[in-house]
Amino acid sequence: MTVKVYVPRDSAALSVGAEGVARAIASEASSRGIEITLVRNGSRGLFWLEPLVEVETSQGRIAYGPVSREAVAGLFDAGFLDGKAHALFLGPTEEIPYLKQQERLTFARCGIVDPLSLSDYVAHGGYRGLQRALSLAQEDIVAEVTNSGLRGRGGAGFPTGIKWKTVLGASSDQKYICCNADEGDSGTYADRMIMEGDPFVLIEGMTIAAIAVGATQGYIYCRSEYPHAFRTMQRAIDIAREGGYLGANVAGSGKRFDLDVRLGAGAYICGEETSMLESLEGRRGQIRPKPPLPALEGLFGKPTVVNNLITLATVPIVMDKGADYYRDFGVGRSRGTLTIQLAGNIKHGGLVETAFGITLHDAIYKFGGGTSTGRPLRAVQVGGPLGAYFPASFLDTPLDYEAFAARKGMLGHGGIVAFDDSVDLAKQARFAMEFCAVESCGKCTPCRVGSTRGVEVIDRIIANENRTKNLELLDDLCELMTDGSLCALGGLIPLPVMSAIRHFPEDFDKPAPAPPTLIHPDVLKSNRETHPWR
Amino acid sequence: MTSYCNWKAKAPYGNVIKLIRKPCAPNWASVSLESTGKLLSMSNMQAWDAGRAQARIRELEHLPGALLPILHALQEEFGYIDPQATPMIAGALNLSRAEVHGVISFYHDFRHHPPGRHVLRICRAESCQSMGCDALVQHVEKRAGVKLGETTPDGSLTVEQVFCLGNCALSPAVMLDGQPFGRVSPSIADFLIDSAQRPQ
Repeated sequence: MTVKVYVPRDSAALSVGAEGVARAIASEASSRGIEITLVRNGSRGLFWLEPLVEVETSQGRIAYGPVSREAVAGLFDAGFLDGKAHALFLGPTEEIPYLKQQERLTFARCGIVDPLSLSDYVAHGGYRGLQRALSLAQEDIVAEVTNSGLRGRGGAGFPTGIKWKTVLGASSDQKYICCNADEGDSGTYADRMIMEGDPFVLIEGMTIAAIAVGATQGYIYCRSEYPHAFRTMQRAIDIAREGGYLGANVAGSGKRFDLDVRLGAGAYICGEETSMLESLEGRRGQIRPKPPLPALEGLFGKPTVVNNLITLATVPIVMDKGADYYRDFGVGRSRGTLTIQLAGNIKHGGLVETAFGITLHDAIYKFGGGTSTGRPLRAVQVGGPLGAYFPASFLDTPLDYEAFAARKGMLGHGGIVAFDDSVDLAKQARFAMEFCAVESCGKCTPCRVGSTRGVEVIDRIIANENRTKNLELLDDLCELMTDGSLCALGGLIPLPVMSAIRHFPEDFDKPAPAPPTLIHPDVLKSNRETHPWR
Repeated sequence: MTSYCNWKAKAPYGNVIKLIRKPCAPNWASVSLESTGKLLSMSNMQAWDAGRAQARIRELEHLPGALLPILHALQEEFGYIDPQATPMIAGALNLSRAEVHGVISFYHDFRHHPPGRHVLRICRAESCQSMGCDALVQHVEKRAGVKLGETTPDGSLTVEQVFCLGNCALSPAVMLDGQPFGRVSPSIADFLIDSAQRPQ
């Protein structure tokens, strides 16, 4: 039997040289006359250890990392194919505390299986959820999802079962399932990891949703910044179709469901559900006023389930293990697990899937190991560009939807971006408004005009022009944007802006920076000396 | 030259990780430019050809909501959306030219001019900001001699900004011709720029 060696194909692993490592391992093995099976898996989500190479041994999978191309010959010399010691030896992968302390449900297979092997997927418990769903009535599938307490993981946290029930109750000749994989929030990459590491779980989740509500066609809207995820998803759909899990007769049930993956085009707003539907229909990604709800009049005017990728990828385990199993994780009204993504200035950045309720402090220090630069942590932004900036004193906030809302923050998609003490919150607040101005779809005035005026007001505050009055004006503008915007972009951009002012007032109280000048200050000075009348 | 530095790990790993490497910039020698993707790769970009464009439009016009797939196909083929494509698409999809133009101009991805032979996209979102992407952008602009959104005079490299490449645990991140790079130090950026500007 040949030894199995795993080198991730996840694009984050590729970004630090996994492709070169895989090639080096293959060529080293062949030049030594050793036969190995090289599996290109997804990532385990321990990104600071990437490229993380694993070897299957009699004691289980043994990890080495971060492996560089130059280290490969040394690994062979040390006998890594038998799991022997080496400077990069990390021990059994499952025993690495970062991984061991997690509760991986949605990501149970990610990084373990070959993402494009249907047999591997089925061998690791895949399609059991679908089999169970096929044995149930449509109402019972929806009831199971409702009882599990699963809420939309895109940020809004709307109960998934309720949404499905609306679509099930709508009568139409055609219904759709749309997966929102337009993961534009900075600090998030869970959707990408699933698409690159375990695409079949998404296909299964969407198939279950389709069976539950009676839809026959699904679309995955993947952002264009994820070319690897897009290609992996396309191939996985083809493989699932060939395997009889998509098409006219899903898993021999006689039911039809097919799937297509579409590329976005760099518009952040297309992560908003109605804007995504417009984009899928081939139009400008401008949002639609609600009502009508997409559940009743969605894609091409038909009843449509629009769910975040993580929500849909969680459905298979809910159906497989049952609603009670899933609901037992979590706290309060936030049930199940949260996929936390540690990002930014963090030592051990990576994916942490654990039950709702761990504190921000534990996420950043127990898992993340503090800042990457080693300087003190000053601010954390949770929930992407629309999430609030929290000071270090807020690190006791538990990660659940309600606790964040109570502190005027937002959990969003679970991305946590850490900043050290070099951050200037006035600059970050300005960026938030500027981002909104660039990405606004232009449909409603508070967002389209308000964001541009917001940048100007913040510029005046930074330049120390009438600071007190302009801070009042900004507060007023933010209130208007919150109350008057049609969607979450204009409605939530005041969160980062106002939280920066509220928690970091000292950054808005500094002397005005020197205005940019085209003439060097020394020249100006010497001009003044030689021409004193200037 | 930044490289992996050996660094003793402390708790919480206990005895499991004896020695892990400090998460600093990867050794760029181990990062090679093997093309892993075709989607955004500029290497097989063709000059504008109306017949070829018409063929790509015809392949995709039957799709529901075909406009974005068509625009992506044209950009993959030619590197940008030529103004001459607008009436062709409008005719194929029974849309007005204004509607097609409106869609092209709405999305940041679609270019109105041919890019350089290589495209370097630098992430400027919050996660990369926390790891100094502003300084990286300045460094790249200086080294390549162009501003964001511009192409070098020799036509070899276009530098663009992007908001999030989904590589936020390894910030700052960039993408060269669809190939991702993480923890990009100025020396890695230099290596990428030099590779792109090497005569073909």
